[in-house]
Amino acid sequence: MARIGLKDLRHSYGPAPQAESDWALKRLDLSFADGSANALLGPSGCGKTTLLNIISGLLRPSEGSVWFDDRDVTALPADAREIAQVFQFPVVYDTMSVYDNLAFPLRNRGVPAAAIDHRVREIAALLDLEDTLQRRASGLTADGKQKISLGRGLVRSDVNVIMFDEPLTVIDPELKWRLRSKLKELHRRIGLTMIYVTHDQTEALTFADRVIVMNEGVVVQAGTPVELFERPQHTFVGHFIGSPGMNLLPATFDGGVARFAGHAVQMSVAPRAVPANAQLQIGVRPEFVSFADTGIPVSIVKVADAGRFRVVETRHAGFSIRLLVGEDAKLPSERACLRFDPSFTQLYVDGWRLGEQPR
Amino acid sequence: MGVPMNRIKWLLPLLYILFVLLPIYWLLNMSFKTTNEILGSFTLWPDQFTLQNYRTIFTDPTWYVGYLNTLAYVLANTAISLAVALPAAYAFSRYRFLGDKHLFFWLLSNRMAPPAVFALPFFQLYSAIGLFDTHIAVALAHCLFNVPLAVWILEGFMSGVPKELDETAFVDGYSFPRFFFRIFIPTIAAGIGVAAFFCFMFSWVELLLAKTLTAVAAKPIAATMTRTASTSGYELGLLSAAGALTIVPGALVIYFVRNYIAKGFALGRV
Amino acid sequence: MSGRTPNQKAWWLVLPVVVLVAFNAVIPLMTVVNYSVQETFGDNQFFFEGVTWFEQILHSSRFHEALQRQLLFTAIVLAIELPLGVAIALAMPRRGAWASVCLVLMAMPLLIPWNVVGAMWNILALPDIGLLGHSLNAMGFDYNFTRQPLSAWLTLITMDVWHWTSLVVLLAYAGLSAIPNAFYQAARIDGASGWAVFCFIQLPKMKRVLMIAVLLRFMDSFMIYTEAIVLTGGGPGNATSLLSIDLVKIALGQFDLGPAAAMSLIYFLIILLLSWVFYTVMTRDEPQ
Repeated sequence: MARIGLKDLRHSYGPAPQAESDWALKRLDLSFADGSANALLGPSGCGKTTLLNIISGLLRPSEGSVWFDDRDVTALPADAREIAQVFQFPVVYDTMSVYDNLAFPLRNRGVPAAAIDHRVREIAALLDLEDTLQRRASGLTADGKQKISLGRGLVRSDVNVIMFDEPLTVIDPELKWRLRSKLKELHRRIGLTMIYVTHDQTEALTFADRVIVMNEGVVVQAGTPVELFERPQHTFVGHFIGSPGMNLLPATFDGGVARFAGHAVQMSVAPRAVPANAQLQIGVRPEFVSFADTGIPVSIVKVADAGRFRVVETRHAGFSIRLLVGEDAKLPSERACLRFDPSFTQLYVDGWRLGEQPR
Repeated sequence: MGVPMNRIKWLLPLLYILFVLLPIYWLLNMSFKTTNEILGSFTLWPDQFTLQNYRTIFTDPTWYVGYLNTLAYVLANTAISLAVALPAAYAFSRYRFLGDKHLFFWLLSNRMAPPAVFALPFFQLYSAIGLFDTHIAVALAHCLFNVPLAVWILEGFMSGVPKELDETAFVDGYSFPRFFFRIFIPTIAAGIGVAAFFCFMFSWVELLLAKTLTAVAAKPIAATMTRTASTSGYELGLLSAAGALTIVPGALVIYFVRNYIAKGFALGRV
Repeated sequence: MSGRTPNQKAWWLVLPVVVLVAFNAVIPLMTVVNYSVQETFGDNQFFFEGVTWFEQILHSSRFHEALQRQLLFTAIVLAIELPLGVAIALAMPRRGAWASVCLVLMAMPLLIPWNVVGAMWNILALPDIGLLGHSLNAMGFDYNFTRQPLSAWLTLITMDVWHWTSLVVLLAYAGLSAIPNAFYQAARIDGASGWAVFCFIQLPKMKRVLMIAVLLRFMDSFMIYTEAIVLTGGGPGNATSLLSIDLVKIALGQFDLGPAAAMSLIYFLIILLLSWVFYTVMTRDEPQ
């Protein structure tokens, strides 16, 4: 087990990157605490798999270094880093039995047979694979095969980190939930550092203690699920996480007050000054918008039922603002006013929350 | 994999390619030599470079007609093979019917019939129906091994196309022929290309049946070459030039399908 | 193939194929069967002979020798071409322009008419003026494929390796390209050696295409005729008279239709039987 550190990392697949867009990963500094459960969340092509492959040693970064505790492992190949990885599609050795699959990484490292047997049975019990140990691995279902991939990582007692690259892609929906709970339970029982890559916010938010949101090769925010929800550092986090996503409204700034369509809006952090010529946006999640007697006058456009609550779409000055109301709450008639909860209303300057600096 | 092994890995393909090119080089070398030089001395490249051999082939009808004959029956065979194999492959990939498995293996087993076994009966069969010494006779005879192969390759490609494509089209009101020609055939164009390549290849390289079924009118180039080797003396230069020219169509075809050849067999089922 | 629906009308779709192949396969085969049980003295007179020819051939030493030569030849070329082809495919660039260049160049021998292949090697191996023959003799080897059986055999085998190894390369390459990268990455993380990657990933994934390669190479090498007859003509003596060469010698050379037909059938059955054995052995432990 280890704390993982990434310093001044940059990566480009092309040989001579020139434009900023040539970099698959733009400069980033990150660390993963020992024994933590982390998720790398972002849309396809945001660089999360690149980052994962750099940590596992399958890819050498163009610039920067990778640290496991106080050891610089940038130059070490994948097999010398003592990591485990579960891929998007199950990787099993077809011709071997489940038992041999699990024993394979240990045999490659010359572990004595008795120790292998002990360890394989222990892991098989942990993953509920005991009944299938003697079966051919190729005959198993997709989730069984993913368990084997995971098991091959777990059998090694010296792994620094286990990485998951969208491991539930090919699993049936109801099994997805079971396998995810299994992963969570494993993390609690063995306390390994885990990094989980996904583009599915539910997977990320339910699995991880800390979620790292990436977009276009940049880490836009790293924090607990609650932080991502309550204080998105970037408009991308605001609309990517949450359903529906954050309301983003164009804003102006004068006399120390941020305004939306002329209405003054209170902020969690009172803005003092903003750079000139910057694009300003007010961001507030639908959860923190409510009907009130005074505030921003709106007309109600649409009401959609979403189970325990309803999503109400309203309009003001041509901009749509959504809010959530309880399923039993009474809706005002056509004319209404909105109130934004000041502690959860943010001002974004060129996409970044006021006070946060883009790296 | 060890680093030193990786460093010299490219040597093996390189050596093999040199080995492949060596006889071809020697054939070209001979084709540019005069008969005197060939018989008189051993030279690594032509001392007296000549195009005379090629000139003979392009001006003497007994030579160039041979090429045209070969091209005629090869193209006819490719067209026939694909035309009958397409519906059959569709049936094998989409439907279950009485005896389908046995039929599939019976078709493939014809690939195992040695042409030498069939040479004489073929001669009698095609003489009896009055097709002896025609292009179509050779084209039909080559179907013996090309049709099973085409069915096999096409079936592999078609199985890779989800059935939902067919169902959606039928729901949208397409008739079967219209669906087949407008939607399905464009979808498996790559597979048809691969199948056409293999039909062309096996028909182009076969000589025994082609020679047995022809005399004068449809005589393939390869048969003309055999005659040269045996009757008109020892004209190695001419023979080499003719041989070198038979490589050209194949080389062209392979260049066009280079990205698909490997796929053709990978997708076929056994 | 579980998604196929039962439909007897599908027979109409396969009918053209059945008719065409039956015309080319069944009628000639019946002719051969017919001849194989008769005796002819010319003038279109035939006499029923029963299984006499079959008995005669199965007991004739000429057939046994040809069969032995054939088996030896097939075994040798398979033993060389399969490992060599797989090794080349493994060492080849997997993608990019160089992979295309390799494929196009390597596929060339496959597209040359078989008699031209024989002629090319004949010209290459001629002891006095051929590049190979001349060089070998210049290096002090006593090489003459028209006179010495050993030289003839070596030339024949080298020619076949030249002609057909590329087919194995193409097939193996196709199998290798189909392996997802994650398998190699997982193997690296598991600490697998290059040899283990070959045994547990590459070989199992190539199994299906290699089976096709073995079957095709077995059948085609067993049926070799044109290239061999142009190169050596079965000689010197009968040294390289493989089965089909011997068969044509009997059928066309001596006009013994009965024995030739009987031999054809035996020949065909041997190929069918051995192909079936290969197929069964290789698919035996395939999970359903």
